[in-house]
Amino acid sequence: MKGWMGKSRVLFLFGIMLLTLTGCGLPNLTALEPKGEGADVIYDLMMLSVIIMVVVGVIVMALYFFVLIRYRQKEDNQDYIPKQTEGNKFLELLWTVVPILLLIVLAVPTVQKTFMLADTTPAEEDKEDAVTIEVTGKQYWWHYNYNGLEVQASQDLYIPTGERVYLKLAASDVIHSFWVPSISGKMDTNPGTGNVNEMWINAYEEGVYYGKCAELCGPSHSLMSFKVVAVSPEEFDQWVEEMKNVNPDATPESESAQAGKELFNSKGCIACHAIGSSPAAAGPNLTNFGSRVKIAGILDNNKQNLIDWLQHPEEIKPGNKMTGKYGNTDADNPLTSEEAEQLSDYLLQLNPTEITPEDAEAQ
Amino acid sequence: MSSDQLQRLKPGQSPHEPEKATLEGKNKFLGFWFFLGGETVLFASLFGTYLALNGPESNTSGPGPAELFGLELVFIMTVILLTSSLTSVYAIYHMKNLDFGKMQLWLGITVALGLTFLGLEIYEFYEYVMHEDHTFTSDAFGSAFYALVGFHGGHVLFGLLWIVTLMVRNSKRGLNLYNAPKFYIASLYWHFIDVVWVFIFTVVYLMGKLGG
Amino acid sequence: MSTATAQKKGFGATLWDYLTTVDHKKIAILYLVAGGIFFLAGGLEAMLIRIQLAVPDNDFVSAGLYNQLITMHGTTMIFLAAMPLIFALMNIAVPLQIGARDVAFPFLNSLGFWLFFFGGVLLNVSWFTGGAPDAGWTAYAPLSTTSPGHGVDYYVMGLQISGAGTLIGGINFLVTIVNMRAPGMTYMRMPLFTWTAFVTSVLILFAFPALTVGLFLMMFDRMFGANFFDPQMGGNHVIWEHLFWIFGHPEVYILVLPIFGLFSDIISTFSKKRLFGYSAMVFAVVLIGFLGFMVWAHHMFTTGLGPVANSIFAIATMAIAVPTGIKIFNWIFTMWGGSIRMTTPMLWTVAFIPSFTLGGFGGVMLAAAAADYQYHDTYFVVAHFHYVIVGGVVFGVFAGLHYWWPKFFGTMLSEKLGKLAFWPFFIGFHLTFFIQHFLGLMGMPRRYWKFLPNQDLDLGNLVSTIGAFLMAIGAVIFLINVIVTSVKGEKVSGDPWDGRTLEWSIPSPPPFYNFTQTPLVRGLDPLWIEKRQGNGKMTPAEPLGDIHMPNNSFIPFVMSLGLFIAGFGFIYQVDDKNWLIVGIAGMLITLGSMFVRSVKDDLGYHIHKEDLEKGAGSE
Repeated sequence: MKGWMGKSRVLFLFGIMLLTLTGCGLPNLTALEPKGEGADVIYDLMMLSVIIMVVVGVIVMALYFFVLIRYRQKEDNQDYIPKQTEGNKFLELLWTVVPILLLIVLAVPTVQKTFMLADTTPAEEDKEDAVTIEVTGKQYWWHYNYNGLEVQASQDLYIPTGERVYLKLAASDVIHSFWVPSISGKMDTNPGTGNVNEMWINAYEEGVYYGKCAELCGPSHSLMSFKVVAVSPEEFDQWVEEMKNVNPDATPESESAQAGKELFNSKGCIACHAIGSSPAAAGPNLTNFGSRVKIAGILDNNKQNLIDWLQHPEEIKPGNKMTGKYGNTDADNPLTSEEAEQLSDYLLQLNPTEITPEDAEAQ
Repeated sequence: MSSDQLQRLKPGQSPHEPEKATLEGKNKFLGFWFFLGGETVLFASLFGTYLALNGPESNTSGPGPAELFGLELVFIMTVILLTSSLTSVYAIYHMKNLDFGKMQLWLGITVALGLTFLGLEIYEFYEYVMHEDHTFTSDAFGSAFYALVGFHGGHVLFGLLWIVTLMVRNSKRGLNLYNAPKFYIASLYWHFIDVVWVFIFTVVYLMGKLGG
Repeated sequence: MSTATAQKKGFGATLWDYLTTVDHKKIAILYLVAGGIFFLAGGLEAMLIRIQLAVPDNDFVSAGLYNQLITMHGTTMIFLAAMPLIFALMNIAVPLQIGARDVAFPFLNSLGFWLFFFGGVLLNVSWFTGGAPDAGWTAYAPLSTTSPGHGVDYYVMGLQISGAGTLIGGINFLVTIVNMRAPGMTYMRMPLFTWTAFVTSVLILFAFPALTVGLFLMMFDRMFGANFFDPQMGGNHVIWEHLFWIFGHPEVYILVLPIFGLFSDIISTFSKKRLFGYSAMVFAVVLIGFLGFMVWAHHMFTTGLGPVANSIFAIATMAIAVPTGIKIFNWIFTMWGGSIRMTTPMLWTVAFIPSFTLGGFGGVMLAAAAADYQYHDTYFVVAHFHYVIVGGVVFGVFAGLHYWWPKFFGTMLSEKLGKLAFWPFFIGFHLTFFIQHFLGLMGMPRRYWKFLPNQDLDLGNLVSTIGAFLMAIGAVIFLINVIVTSVKGEKVSGDPWDGRTLEWSIPSPPPFYNFTQTPLVRGLDPLWIEKRQGNGKMTPAEPLGDIHMPNNSFIPFVMSLGLFIAGFGFIYQVDDKNWLIVGIAGMLITLGSMFVRSVKDDLGYHIHKEDLEKGAGSE
């Protein structure tokens, strides 16, 4: 009996300790520090359910420990035959009705919030002031088509703060799931045209938020990260203007970057990777590649990482579609170091917007 | 008691329900009903799939249901299969009267009708594949159609093989307490196939024709 | 036919005996051994997963192998470990608890086992033939339909074959429980384990065919060019999600209901009290089984079914908490006023209550559709279903094995080692999974090959991995217990626990005909009633007479082997049509076996009264 209580208490304290140590997770990633309306609404619902569960849990555990301690067989009384109770109508009714009442308390806001989060009517009515973005999940990156704004972008999703931005979610290959925990819950992106999903996101403040794919989509599922860059509405409008007016053929300044541009065309990169507002998106749109938060969604944005990524895509993101696509027969080293460097120089200077993630983060 | 089960039963003898006279028989009877419950879910799933995939968006190549189906042939098939269900009822009626000869006769007729049905179905599929560009792989509608109707056809084929096996195996020794339950559940299976066809006729053919 | 006598018979004869047996107790042992081996395989896969996730950005296993590991871990644990272990318990206990000499269809019982076994082996062969399935145990299309190689083909064929075995097993138990009960064993006198076995069998009957169809469609898509799940050709992958979960959700209850029943029996036995609120317990089980079919879409809240469907399924799911709560309270009140003996089976049971309650809380939280948009497909879900399946099913299997070990083998597992195995497993379990709730909410989706550094996910994952090792230690101690117990081979009496139900009224292990004379049942807990009235044993319901027994048969083995062979044929005909010959040959073996079975009379044999009198009970 003593052992029981002792061990449980240690376990309990240990658990509390661990939770304090781990905290609530990384801000702008964790769902436990909501930074957007959807996540906020869900957090409240989560807390309501936790409170109900804790109340029930305390009652159950109190009864449980009382029974275990009080009614252990006594050493000196092993032949004791307890009364064979059949049941108790009142008690049984009690623990049927009370849970039902508690569940109603939970069910009402659940239904209410489920409908609230699914309310995407403004997007359907094509209200001019509502930003609607077609989000497409692809192995293993994300593409965004800003409806009516002639802007295409990949990986970093720029949105204005303080308003509901409507998303139309689809996939081009297998199912993915769009999740930005600190701003909103997730929604699957289904392949095909028949199962397009809609949702909205609303970030309270400027910032760069972590986004992840939440539906198993192949070997690099865990590396299909993206970022949501929330900027003020004015900055967002500016960003849109800048993105819209990019000249895809602009000649880079440095010689190396110019050579990189040549390579970009001669190696056929351009066939899949659009620069500018062309809707073609077999590969990620590279218009603002230079200001990407991450390379390939996961590496810090610097030249060395980009060279590594260009030269060894399979090692960095297994199963990605870049592997073996450079038209070079040397499978281990498809681009020479020099070529990779030139391409990197070209790609990193693709930085046409004044509005960058750094602005959002600085806020 | 077990070898008694092989004793030949003659008309006029008891028991009246030889299929349920032994514990083994009762078990088979009940177990088979449960099995048909599972089969119902199986076909319900196939129907659900078909209903999800018989719309124009799933019909990416070849003709759709309204163009494709001809009700005349299917109506004849339906009549034939329904009749075979009736004839199998006669067979079981004679089994309950322990009249083995008549039971075999009616089972024979059932099998003949079943074979005709199967022949017509094969002819129907042949026409679709050869002349209508409606195949299992042409589009999702094709896949769903052949999966549902083909599963049923497979059941018909299995039922026929089963009944024929029973008829041949027991032709010499007649009816006894050991094989009566076997005949009985084979007839249950046959009725089930029939009921499924009624749904196929309605959901696939009638609704396909009228819905288009 | 104890192990001791079997050993005397020589290895070949014993092997043949087990290959052909139709005795439910030997089939239980087959299920136990096969399920146990698959459990170890699944456990090994789990350890590799946890090692990979011990530190951020780890490269212990490759991404492709990792996806194979998670897929096989889930598939193995559900279909090849939990299901057969449940079947082992049902086989050993249900016929004994209702006073039957065997199940209704001994032949089908054997067939069910061999189908499961060959299906499981087929699935695991994929490890050695170019890669296991890698689309998750849920095998969502189009990832599964487009997965390269043959891994998913093995998944489809393996599960199809073993699923057929499960379905057969379910029907068998239904008929057994309806038709084979001893005189006086009315429905409302059945032990709760038998009741739950009954409801579970109903669920198997109505749930597995949906999986069968789903697997057929996937097989057609992958191997025969059909387009069910291909959006380019008009297909719709959401159909797979529906079919899978129409099966998959009841599957959870298929696994956990018998465990509820088992815990009810154990709590009653070791509290020396009749089960509190027996009829409410039966009602709750039936209600859970019924509602279990109404809630499948709660696995699809983020698929995009719309707020109406999501709300309906959310409420239906919450409703299940009510009967489950009833059960928890009834268990606690069974112990209330009792005389609790903390034996190993009872220890696992007592540990189950808070663990499963936590799992249930997670379940209610997940049921709130809107909130599920955060939980879905994260480690929160992983935590929840491991709380339910490990905290429920695995604890239950451990409890059940300790409890019924005498009926399996005639020996008792060591209580000391049993408790020694319990503590690391129990502590390790909570350490592994409790923290995962938080990992999920902190932004870790499930099925992640690696988590990246600097996302505050390191500590939680490390703790989880440490917990997993503790669980492994517990499992190893249990295995040591099994070995030590078998080597010692100390025989026990028929009723070592002071039991209340019929299985304790006969020797351990029971003779192959179970009951020399069918017992007369006079109420709930029939043996307890007789003990209290001073009889100490059951009153026979019939005079001593000849006992009819079924013949052994090798046909189930051959029939299943045929499908196993056909499986390879269907898998490889995609590359080379000549393999179709193998497929057809396999099918012919199976159909031929069915034909032989149909044509050959199998009337069984009799044990004569005189022989029974001579060797009554010992054999």
